Amino acid sequence: MADLKINFAGIKSPNPFWLASGPPTNSGYQIMKAFDAGWGGAVWKTMGLPVVNSSSRYAGIDFGDTRMMGFSNIELISDRPLSHNLKELEEVKKYFPENPVIASLMVDTREEWHRVVKDAENAGADGLELNFGCPHGMCERGMGSAVGQEPDVLKLIVSWVMEVATKPVIVKLTPNVTDITDSAIAAKEGGGNAISLINTFQSIMGVDIDNFTPYPVVDGKGTNGGYCGPAVKPIALNMVRNCAQSPYIGLPVSGIGGVSNWRDAVEFILMGASTVQVCTAVMHYGFGIIRRLTSGLSDYMDSKGFANVSDMVGKALKNTVAWEDLNLNYNVIAEIDNKKCIGCMLCYAACEDGAHQAIGIGSNGSRVPFIIEENCVGCNLCSLVCPVEGCITMVESKSNTGFESWKDRTASGNIPKTFDDPLAGGLSHRVTEIEKALRKMK
Amino acid sequence: MSDFRKPLNEQEFEKNFAPINPPMDQTQAMVESSRCLFCFDAPCIKACPTRIDIPLFIRQISTGNLTGSARTIYESNYFGNACGKVCPVDVLCEGACVFNHVNEKPIEIGRLQSHAATYVIENEIALFKPGELNKKRVAIIGAGPAGISCACELRRYGYEVDIYEAKNCPTGLTLHGVAPYKITNEEAVREAEFLQKQLGFVIKYNSPVSKYEQFKKLENEYDAIFIGIGLGETVSMNIKGEDLENCIGAVEYIEDVKIKKYLANSGRKVVVIGGGNTAMDAASEAARMGAERVWLSYRRSRADMPAYGFEYELAKKVCVEPLFNTMPVEILGNGMVEAIRLAPTEVVDGKVIVKKDEIFTIECDMVIKATGQEKQNVLLDIIDGFEFDANGKTIIDSESFRAVNTKYFIAGDVINGGSEIVNAVAEAVMAAEGIHKFLSKEMNQ
Ligand SMILES: Cc1cc2nc3c(=O)[nH]c(=O)nc-3n(C[C@H](O)[C@H](O)[C@H](O)COP(=O)(O)OP(=O)(O)OC[C@H]3O[C@@H](n4cnc5c(N)ncnc54)[C@H](O)[C@@H]3O)c2cc1C
Ligand SMILES: Cc1cc2nc3c(=O)[nH]c(=O)nc-3n(C[C@H](O)[C@H](O)[C@H](O)COP(=O)(O)O)c2cc1C
Ligand code: SF4
Ligand code: SF4
Ligand code: SF4
Repeated sequence: MADLKINFAGIKSPNPFWLASGPPTNSGYQIMKAFDAGWGGAVWKTMGLPVVNSSSRYAGIDFGDTRMMGFSNIELISDRPLSHNLKELEEVKKYFPENPVIASLMVDTREEWHRVVKDAENAGADGLELNFGCPHGMCERGMGSAVGQEPDVLKLIVSWVMEVATKPVIVKLTPNVTDITDSAIAAKEGGGNAISLINTFQSIMGVDIDNFTPYPVVDGKGTNGGYCGPAVKPIALNMVRNCAQSPYIGLPVSGIGGVSNWRDAVEFILMGASTVQVCTAVMHYGFGIIRRLTSGLSDYMDSKGFANVSDMVGKALKNTVAWEDLNLNYNVIAEIDNKKCIGCMLCYAACEDGAHQAIGIGSNGSRVPFIIEENCVGCNLCSLVCPVEGCITMVESKSNTGFESWKDRTASGNIPKTFDDPLAGGLSHRVTEIEKALRKMK
Repeated sequence: MSDFRKPLNEQEFEKNFAPINPPMDQTQAMVESSRCLFCFDAPCIKACPTRIDIPLFIRQISTGNLTGSARTIYESNYFGNACGKVCPVDVLCEGACVFNHVNEKPIEIGRLQSHAATYVIENEIALFKPGELNKKRVAIIGAGPAGISCACELRRYGYEVDIYEAKNCPTGLTLHGVAPYKITNEEAVREAEFLQKQLGFVIKYNSPVSKYEQFKKLENEYDAIFIGIGLGETVSMNIKGEDLENCIGAVEYIEDVKIKKYLANSGRKVVVIGGGNTAMDAASEAARMGAERVWLSYRRSRADMPAYGFEYELAKKVCVEPLFNTMPVEILGNGMVEAIRLAPTEVVDGKVIVKKDEIFTIECDMVIKATGQEKQNVLLDIIDGFEFDANGKTIIDSESFRAVNTKYFIAGDVINGGSEIVNAVAEAVMAAEGIHKFLSKEMNQ
């Protein structure tokens, strides 16, 4: 059985699954319930000068009949008095000494930072997370992402915290920047012990088209909010990867953004995260999902022979390269399994109109399409739209020879240099039967 | 033994005849519509006689555009709601759905269709406007699916349209024939009213057209005439005892059930003769009317039965007892039906041979003949200029449905010999286009 225990920048946790700072970590009651269910750690809902929240606060994007593919909120940091939060934190630690509780903090002045860091540590926090991410409400007051977007300010505030902090300090980054590594480097230079990312994306979730108001609607008006949930995972993964690969950072990363199942968690870990944090999925399904997360992770680790989580951290990084290092001599071609095909012809429509005209319609009324191999560029599109598991596979071309990347080709001068260069990759792609496009016009 | 007690009031009737495809709610519609793959050149469309753009209307449901969805449906099929409920979808659209190839449940196209259609009907959202009047007038005989569809299409072209209907209500067999567990009378009528309100054709009820002078008058008053009168009465079996009370034609029996509901006359022990869909319906309905036993006598084997498999299954579900390879020879009784004598049969070289020496008797108090409906040739015969082929079928142009060399157009059951509502609608719309072409030519001259 795989060992799920981890040590994150000195913070020990029974497993790498932490509750991200948010509504699920609003109170001691919730966090105890979560630990009781099996969660490893929890980052307390950001504490600071208590706020006043609006009603309503959340909005979701559905995809088909799937609810909350994306989620957004216009909530601020904790609206509860600091002393209530800290008293409950102390209580949680009494019941669950093994489960790390991280205090998420956001205040304004140096004095305030010193005060809350000390208070949180006195209450028993195992670590501190500095919230430089909130993209709405707080930034207008010069906090949250307003700080996270200015590397110099971020660095300064981290250094204030480091003046008094005795517990590990995690800097939570906002994704609302051009290059997340600038923020991560600033966190490191300020003396931070770890980074966590991402916080939510600035967004407008949608518009009430009957009343001309963005969602969520508060008495006829709306504002931009913070976007998260499954839809943001790909962007978060790339940001985690950028931080993990940067030679200038080298801090432990806590991966956040759209983690809903064990596979998402594995992906974050393979991209360099050593803990993952979850918010939206818990808001959707409750703390009970932890059983699926831990059992999925541990079965995966067993199947791959990983004894410890640390063995797999960053495993996919070496295969994550720049485009110019990909092998351009490598070709795949789509192959349709006629026996599995159900004749929806989605692959035909996709390739014909959206790609390379490399799929033909079956003859004699057959709805099973065929691949026109000489036109197939191996783009994957058909296999992505095909609704039948394993029906279209991308098969390695038999004529593949050797390795040559764009970098290699540039070095040897073997690249197109003029607009009509015969080395153009799409040289053969000229459809001459123009009339066939003009069915309606005729 | 059937499971149903004789319904004693409206509620019990409704319970016994509860819809087999109940309406979807918004959640069900979202879940189901999201399942559709939106196939390219979708096979389901080709399997629908009215060629509804099914993936389009399903996507419109899944993206919250119910009005647009209903418009897509009604553009192709004026009986969108009725068809969604009563079409034999297993052999039409749903039977062609690609999910059948992976042994997945096909998309519930019919129920989704009615979901969108019901929305516009209930909210009285008009989808169409009549065309600008073109001063031409068309008479339509019969306010069934064919007549009403033809009227709708013609109104959109700008024709003035009067429908002459023998009965006192619209939609023909949708109301008088289709089983109540598929569609209620109210639902049928509401759809017709919904169409009439936005397109403004006139229906003259209690106005049968059956005499030579009447046809002549119409010919004088109208520029074209459409005939959508469906089929006639149940065909006689020509056996002894057929005139006994409680020996009744299936169409007549079903009409009685649909109109009088729990008050309709129905037997306790019922023998239904026939193997078509009407026989299955009559048997199911007799069971739901509280018959203790219902037998189904069909002269050939199960495999030869023309009824759709699912219709037979429906009858079996309500404990109808099949008597395959049997044939009625005589109905016994003194004024009223008391028993029926059935002879076993054998099919030799495709011919049914009666085993006269093995005749047996079943005691029953009702015999329902589902032996087909008469053609309307007697009526069509009196119209000047109609030509018939060797089989007695009116000769029409297959595209315009025009009876050759006349100003009559004819579609629906009356010409196809009895099919489904969706076929009547599809044909009638083609006929309307035929009328438009025919009259436009005249207009241009
Ligand atoms: C028992 C039964 C069950 C059925 N179940 C289904 C089903 O589940 N699904 C399905 O799709 N189809 C079903 N059908 C078939 C469907 O009802 C018909 O195909 C469809 O109604 C045909 O439409 P129509 O307009 O051609 O004829 P009808 O519906 O027969 O309409 C003809 C109209 O013309 C009127 N009329 C007749 N003669 C005259 C006259 N001389 N003057 C004026 N008016 C006249 C009639 O009163 C009637 O209103 C069923 C049929 C029967 C008999
Ligand atoms: C309603 C809501 C409130 C949040 N509040 C906070 C917060 O107070 N502090 C913080 O650092 N992040 C906050 N977040 C961001 C989450 O911690 C997390 O970074 C983000 O939601 C991405 O993870 P997810 O896709 O698992 O939800 C909040 C998120 C949501 C949905
Ligand atoms: S997408 Fe897949 S199932 Fe559909 S036609 Fe193409 S190969 Fe067949
Ligand atoms: S009209 Fe009937 S056959 Fe056509 S799509 Fe609707 S339910 Fe299916
Ligand atoms: S065949 Fe089935 S899945 Fe494809 S478009 Fe039609 S209903 Fe949808």
